[in-house]
Amino acid sequence: MSLDVAAVKAQFPILDQQVYGKRLVYLDNAATTQKPRAVIHAIQSFYEKDNANVHRGVHALSERATAAYEAAREKVRGLLNACSVREVVFVRGTTEAINLVAQSWGMARLRAGDEILITEMEHHSNIVPWQMLCERTGARLRVLPINDAGELCMEQLPSLLNERTKLVGVVHLSNALGTINPVAEIIRQAHAVGARVLVDGAQAAAHMPIDVQQLDCDFYATSAHKMYGPTGIGVLYAKETLLDEMPPYQGGGDMIRMVTFEHTQYNELPYKFEAGTPNIAGAIGFGAAIDWLRGLDMGEIAAHEQNMLQEATRRAKDLPGLRLVGEAKHRATVLSFTMEGIHPHDLGTILDREGVAIRAGHHCAMPVMQRFGVPATVRASLAAYNTLDDLDALFLALEKACAMFA
Amino acid sequence: MFDLKDLYQQVIVDHNKHPRNFGRLEDPSHEAEGYNPLCGDRLHVYLKVDDQDRIEDVRFEGEGCAISMASASLMTEALKGRTLEEFRALFEGFHELVTSSGDVACDETDLGKLAVLGGVRAFPSRIKCATLCWHTMKNAIERSGVARTE
Repeated sequence: MSLDVAAVKAQFPILDQQVYGKRLVYLDNAATTQKPRAVIHAIQSFYEKDNANVHRGVHALSERATAAYEAAREKVRGLLNACSVREVVFVRGTTEAINLVAQSWGMARLRAGDEILITEMEHHSNIVPWQMLCERTGARLRVLPINDAGELCMEQLPSLLNERTKLVGVVHLSNALGTINPVAEIIRQAHAVGARVLVDGAQAAAHMPIDVQQLDCDFYATSAHKMYGPTGIGVLYAKETLLDEMPPYQGGGDMIRMVTFEHTQYNELPYKFEAGTPNIAGAIGFGAAIDWLRGLDMGEIAAHEQNMLQEATRRAKDLPGLRLVGEAKHRATVLSFTMEGIHPHDLGTILDREGVAIRAGHHCAMPVMQRFGVPATVRASLAAYNTLDDLDALFLALEKACAMFA
Repeated sequence: MFDLKDLYQQVIVDHNKHPRNFGRLEDPSHEAEGYNPLCGDRLHVYLKVDDQDRIEDVRFEGEGCAISMASASLMTEALKGRTLEEFRALFEGFHELVTSSGDVACDETDLGKLAVLGGVRAFPSRIKCATLCWHTMKNAIERSGVARTE
């Protein structure tokens, strides 16, 4: 079976509109995906029928809100195939998840002289928290380089791993290049030297099945809004043994069992890491997005997006002056490129006026731009609802831009 | 509705392709670096101001989108031979040209060729591309440092 793209697309009310008198063609899915009716309705229904604070009240609404919030946690557990909901911590998004690990696990575990290994293709959110941690602990940040195709130089990994390496941070699917990294192999080698591994799954979760047990990663972070869910909610998965050892990240309500002025006893997992009233509606929307995705077939989504990406790549190579940035063998969803003589920012404006929404910029991955010697790229990124018509519109607009700058 | 052609007028496309006064200026009396972290536009402006406060020479180098390149090129053309006092008036006039929402209050004829950049008014995300060089120039004249348009 193949994905019924028209039926999928019909579930996204926002896509049925015109901008500047042109059909909206949304190709900025790596920034954030659009939301299906099921997600929008879940959030609206929560506020219309069940809204109350969680884990507190004895009244009916609070019990319903708590049940819905915890049901969402179970859905996230299923999405990642975590062992237990105790390993599923709700956070604002991938960025907060990584900061949580850096601040809590990192501050407790790292000493001067220790090493953190990341890669050259990381998003700023998987660079800066580690730099901040290094500044505070005296640990050293090391970087696994990438090759001209935008793939990790895996042959250099063994020489960068040693007994001082305490953590490896690696992106599962690069937002700037589309590269799918061999995270299982990286985890195997990192574990062999005793290092923990954090996988940045912000982009991956909407495009491939995730199994944290099979990967054997120590931490996995992702965001709902890049997988058809709402903004402001994401998840940190961590192995229970690690979460048990880690000190709380923030203090406040809900993360405690008992408070006196002399001593505070922390709550059990995962609540120890969820201080304050959480994003309840967001978590419920996240759960609805997971249900919606599970109603489809992840294999069919991936196959559809892969066909589209191959077609887009083929057309891109036929366009004179277009240079692809990122041609990894294992790649998904992202077509990143520059055009000779036209700055990405100008392309962004011209495409926008044709109704085509893409991203022009450094994609929060400035080191990747530096590696490829470009100030910025144009990035078209695909989701389940994109069609060949969308690619037609993209390439027609690119030709128009070329004519304008000729 | 503003059309793309209002933004990418021939003068702008031409100045982008062939920027005037492009390159380093030896022995500048003033210089500054401008950077737009959002899109990565980077400019360096150099000035030679004589003892009568007149801009004897002005050059720029850097990389950026067509709007920022053309704006910098047109700016250098407009500023050569002007006094610092006149620069300040042009700065205000240009700022109003690209940011005013309704009819332009300032006299576009005073701005000369710079008026072609008026089209960016209809493209809010691009206004800072046009103003980066002017802020950088202002910084160069008033102090050294890095200008930002955010």
